[in-house]
Amino acid sequence: MFEKLTDRFHDIFRNLTGRGALSEANIEEAMREVRRALLEADVNYKVAKEFVESVRQECLGEKVLRSITPGQQAVKVVNDHLTALLGGANEPLNLAAKPAIFILIGLQGSGKTTTAGKLARLLRGRDKKDVLLAACDLKRPAAIDQIEVLGRELDIPTYARRDTQDVVEVVRGARAEASRLNSDVLILDTAGRLQIDTDLVQELVRVKDAVQPQEILLVADAALGQEAVSVAEHFNQALGITGIILTKLDGDARGGAALSIRHVTGRPIKFIGTGERMADLEAFHPERMASRILGMGDIVSLVEKAAEQFEEAESRELEEKMRKNSFDLNDFLSQLRKIKNMGGILAMLDLFPGTKKFKDGLNVDENQLKHVEGIICGMTAAERRDPELLNANRTRRVAQGSGVPVQEVNDLVSRFRMMREMMSGLGGQLGKMSPDGRLPAAPPPQIGGRHINPIMMRMRHRGRR
Amino acid sequence: MKSLFSIFKNGLQKTATSLVRGVQSVFTETKPWTAEDFEHLEGLLIQADLGVVTAAELVNDLKERYDRGKIATREDIRRAMAEDVTKILEVAGAGNPFTPAAKPPTVVLLVGVNGTGKTTTAAKLAHLWQQDGLKVMLAACDTFRAAAVEQLVHWGARVNCPVVAGKPNSDPAAVAFDAATRARNEGMDILLVDTAGRQHTRKALMDELGKIARTIAKACPGAPHEVWLTVDAGIGTNAVTQAREFSKIVPLTGLIITKLDGTGRGGSLVPICRELRIPVRFAGLGERETDLQPFRPDFFAQALFEVKVTGSP
Ligand SMILES: Nc1nc2c(ncn2[C@@H]2O[C@H](COP(=O)(O)OP(=O)(O)O)[C@@H](O)[C@H]2O)c(=O)[nH]1
Ligand SMILES: Nc1nc2c(ncn2[C@@H]2O[C@H](COP(=O)(O)OP(=O)(O)O)[C@@H](O)[C@H]2O)c(=O)[nH]1
Ligand SMILES: [Mg+2]
Ligand SMILES: [Mg+2]
Repeated sequence: MFEKLTDRFHDIFRNLTGRGALSEANIEEAMREVRRALLEADVNYKVAKEFVESVRQECLGEKVLRSITPGQQAVKVVNDHLTALLGGANEPLNLAAKPAIFILIGLQGSGKTTTAGKLARLLRGRDKKDVLLAACDLKRPAAIDQIEVLGRELDIPTYARRDTQDVVEVVRGARAEASRLNSDVLILDTAGRLQIDTDLVQELVRVKDAVQPQEILLVADAALGQEAVSVAEHFNQALGITGIILTKLDGDARGGAALSIRHVTGRPIKFIGTGERMADLEAFHPERMASRILGMGDIVSLVEKAAEQFEEAESRELEEKMRKNSFDLNDFLSQLRKIKNMGGILAMLDLFPGTKKFKDGLNVDENQLKHVEGIICGMTAAERRDPELLNANRTRRVAQGSGVPVQEVNDLVSRFRMMREMMSGLGGQLGKMSPDGRLPAAPPPQIGGRHINPIMMRMRHRGRR
Repeated sequence: MKSLFSIFKNGLQKTATSLVRGVQSVFTETKPWTAEDFEHLEGLLIQADLGVVTAAELVNDLKERYDRGKIATREDIRRAMAEDVTKILEVAGAGNPFTPAAKPPTVVLLVGVNGTGKTTTAAKLAHLWQQDGLKVMLAACDTFRAAAVEQLVHWGARVNCPVVAGKPNSDPAAVAFDAATRARNEGMDILLVDTAGRQHTRKALMDELGKIARTIAKACPGAPHEVWLTVDAGIGTNAVTQAREFSKIVPLTGLIITKLDGTGRGGSLVPICRELRIPVRFAGLGERETDLQPFRPDFFAQALFEVKVTGSP
């Protein structure tokens, strides 16, 4: 739906780059485009204005104006500024106390309870902490049940009280229980409330005073509109939040709220929610968020995601193969098996630009993947290395061996060929990366004649969530 | 009892005051209006979540009228803006509850992204229609989110309405079929089907929604008669994409704007209605079962721009 910012920049600067000169008027025009991109991403109007003001100066500077590729240089300046504003160092959660107490707060329906479960799971798995989940939403029907169901599902203890309406009492009880259980972390899930509901905000202040939490985390929907600023400002003023968790980034909101909230609170975005399942909580990456907000291609996150899941060395090898166009069915099979363990084959396929056709053609679902695996297993090592060896005879043998029609083997091979072509395009891009893993300010990568999908965070885990 | 207008007005007070203050500070009646003034006005609309394109269109329209001498004062501006927004929101069916099916029950399917207020709205509607003397049944088809079924069961008990519930993680389409069959056999006037929240980007879940709708039709031919999307008033322009994508799977016959008691202005309704012509049926104004009002485009728009209407307090 959105034109990509880089496309628009391209148009603005196309003629100019030929002439090699760039006027201030061109920069102004570019800044208008940046502003528009930010507003389309729902960045708060005033925040967008300030932001543009701050980058304009730098863009008017020598470096951009004199650059051989001023358009790309300008995009880089904008991207860098935005990344800096969103980011800073990734601040870890404060686990200094025992129990360390975290309170999750936010508007109704923002994802607090779900995030409480996700966070508990993460702390137990990653940090080896014993966690207690406390149900402090006494308002929404079945909110207590919700925490208890999540606790059972995760096998994490929960604390709930059905005999009182006094949240402070519940919170005190939860802390006592955490001490009794010798828990490392106590997570308090609170009721959703409007930031302008003074009574209810005061209730949180009393909760804060009662337990002196290590973290007060604002849980906010990434699709929030212009009012994100007011939400964040009010909660922060009343409570002094220590961090932000953005939810529902598996949707396709551009997420300008991230910038708005960050801007008015100055507090770090600590995590992002990328789905409804308990595993769908990820560390926040400012550079990806910046690209998403600006609507630019995000090849960096593509590579990082791949690197996370493949062994590092192997990933280097894979890059090399993609570059040399020697990625073969063997590699495909070994990746397939790994990815299957991660449960996210489809998400992974989505990460490779240009593989959509391949995937759609196969009409992949987890069962289909077993077919693919079967077919590849039915090939000799040589055939896997070079599928071009598969003449009619060999194809028939593979089909018989794996119990599928010949056509299916042919389909797989021809789609694999297509995919490899596309990957070699991607390999070219990887080659241009600087050692810190960033792309130089390059034009949007073109693969198979179209731009890489910018919203790489939109990683879909198909199947039942 | 508070009048409808004042309810909307209170709901939108925060928006209205800043917008009106904005308009008044931008335009002075003695000096001619400049391009800059109009740009500022556009900014005010964007800040109400109308989106870049719709804001620009509204402002261009005003500018044209100003150039032709049709409007001259600040008051004119506010009125003209309210008129334009009202026109956009006045889609056939706006503010109407539902069209009863020829053969009851009328099946109303509630859909939307996560956390927008579907379950709460289902309870509110059940309460409202039961008060009107209709026989209502609720179907708890969110079998995915933890304790979502319990949530609706609690609500059912509170508003005294029967609930057909599935087991956690069971097939929501099967629950819907069950509920539709029961509602038909038990002579219900209305069946309200609450579904799980889903992001429109998740194909499998959107397919599941399509399946729910088709399955309902098997139990009650012609159903679902109404499919309503809940739109959170605090959400920005992504609400437009939500409406567009959901309507591709299940043709939407209505919108419900929820959480209008917050500072979110529900401005996204304007681009949604402009593009998709879906009527807004109700507005949610709080967390209790009584916090629901039929939607009024004129009140909404007027409250947004604080125009005095004759006969209102
Ligand atoms: N798609 C998606 N849904 C989410 C995410 N986080 C929470 N949800 C859903 O949002 C809805 C509201 O979540 P809940 O935790 O009950 O919100 P609370 O009212 O703030 O406690 C539920 O349907 C959750 O499954 C996320 O990261 N992605
Ligand atoms: N302030 C306010 N909160 C609402 C409104 N409608 C729903 N909610 C709250 O929003 C949260 C999510 O609502 P729910 O009905 O569970 O959403 P669902 O996930 O779409 O079914 C709950 O805490 C509700 O109490 C409303 O009109 N105003
Ligand atoms: Mg909750
Ligand atoms: Mg629900």
